[in-house]
Amino acid sequence: MTTIVTDNCKRCRFTDCVTVCPVSCFHGDEEMLYIDPEECIDCGACIPKCPVEAIYEDPIPEDKQHWIEINEERALMFPVIQDQQDPYPGAEERKAELGF
Amino acid sequence: MSDVGSEQNPVRAAIVGSGPSGFYALEALIRSEPAVLVDMFERLPSPFGLVRSGVAPDHPKLKKPIGVYQKLAGAPEFRFFGNVNVGRDVSVEELRNCYHAVVFACGAETDRKLGIPGEHLPGSHAATELVGWYNGHPDYRDLEFDLSHDTAVIIGQGNVAVDVCRILAKTVDELKHSDIAKHALEALAQSKVCNIHMIGRRGPAQAKFTHQELREFGELTECEPVVNPKDLELNETSREELADRNNRANLKSFEVLQSFAARPPPASRRRCRFHFLKSPLELKGEHRVERMVLARNLLEGKPSQQFARATEELEELTCGLVFRSIGYRGMPIPGVPFDEGRGVFPNRDGRIIDGESAVPGLYATGWIKRGPTGIIGTNRADSVATVKALLEDLPNFGATQKPGADGLKSFFEYRGVRVVSYEDWQKIDSAEIRRGQAAGKPREKFTRVEEMLSVLDEVK
Repeated sequence: MTTIVTDNCKRCRFTDCVTVCPVSCFHGDEEMLYIDPEECIDCGACIPKCPVEAIYEDPIPEDKQHWIEINEERALMFPVIQDQQDPYPGAEERKAELGF
Repeated sequence: MSDVGSEQNPVRAAIVGSGPSGFYALEALIRSEPAVLVDMFERLPSPFGLVRSGVAPDHPKLKKPIGVYQKLAGAPEFRFFGNVNVGRDVSVEELRNCYHAVVFACGAETDRKLGIPGEHLPGSHAATELVGWYNGHPDYRDLEFDLSHDTAVIIGQGNVAVDVCRILAKTVDELKHSDIAKHALEALAQSKVCNIHMIGRRGPAQAKFTHQELREFGELTECEPVVNPKDLELNETSREELADRNNRANLKSFEVLQSFAARPPPASRRRCRFHFLKSPLELKGEHRVERMVLARNLLEGKPSQQFARATEELEELTCGLVFRSIGYRGMPIPGVPFDEGRGVFPNRDGRIIDGESAVPGLYATGWIKRGPTGIIGTNRADSVATVKALLEDLPNFGATQKPGADGLKSFFEYRGVRVVSYEDWQKIDSAEIRRGQAAGKPREKFTRVEEMLSVLDEVK
């Protein structure tokens, strides 16, 4: 089982997802968030919270597969994000651009 | 005197209940700016609420939040008072005298009844009774379920209903390396149940179970899922619902149901059949449940607000066991306002209210605050919100110092309450893990309070 954050999070970073994570497994850099697969319990609580549908769970679509490795690697490189933060500047515009 | 929240005069907070919402309240409190000392009260000697005794034993990953709670319990600001029943061993009034704030995180401990004739016949149970039983909760230890019948019916389509169906559907081999209680595993080994029916009052587009939970029914050793393709014919409004992006979770479940409907007839020993648009009207039987009368329903209403209306069309289902799982209710505690209709503590943003006005110092979080909705993580955001309200009220707490549980010691002694500390719990925990090793289980739970306490007497 896998749950991952994908490209739609880039330049949005709304961070609603982190507020419902029971194991605080979200990590983040300036641009977006990543899920630590070692910590994640695949409960899916975060998925409906994302305003831009950036989070995917099994079965992961073919065109998102490469994000599995990116999440795994980058989660280890960046700190845990436990609390809701201000979205990325211009996130609302980005969200509209993405069609949400 | 220093202000409340300073190092000299820390906020004294009591949390009642030690499940997810209690531990996330603890997390929010100890991460907050003001100095806070937290005492958590739990009526059992064991903490972790429904993560220990609700989450199904064959879903070990969903029990991992316990690791988070164990870390939080290591905080120097935290003390655990297990085996203390608030409302019986200590009153809410006494807690209010000793703490600036009392946060109720005591969940929804009782279930909703069907309210139909025959509901009280032997063989008709609450699904949560079976859950508590197979999870080794002391309250349900001595219940008996007659598994000598071949047909069991589960009313409801939420995650508890799914868990009950799956546990009944699994073989002993599929369960024996989980932390399922020994007495339950032994009883399930003799189970004759081979027809499992799950009944939903609304349609396949509205069912509450998740697609992951559903998918598991296609992967069991000796049980196959059965869905009648006719049951997947949707009305116009339901099609509209499934086309809505916000319902993509329902769409995924619907697709899994379609894959079940396309399977060849089951060849396995057990079958789990998913029914939709049916409501139980009556349980019939001479001395125990023998049959269930069901009405076929129609959906009415706008998209996302469709409700089930019973038609005249009836059917009967022969069954020896019935488990209802149609909702949960909190239990009142003397000294706290209670909303009888909803089975919660009435509150505004987590502040407990009596009529229109907030009761100073009383807060609620988790299921007792919002009702039985959401999953483990939902409680984290919920507890953060309640603690935010609590901290906003800090100026109202005055400069008075509060003693915390030190002010309760004499009551506990006088009333003969055997308080279980966190350190005590860790001994019980280790003993359970040791007991499980021989059987290749992560733990063998103690299923009686006395057993847990006797561990503490032994190691003294």
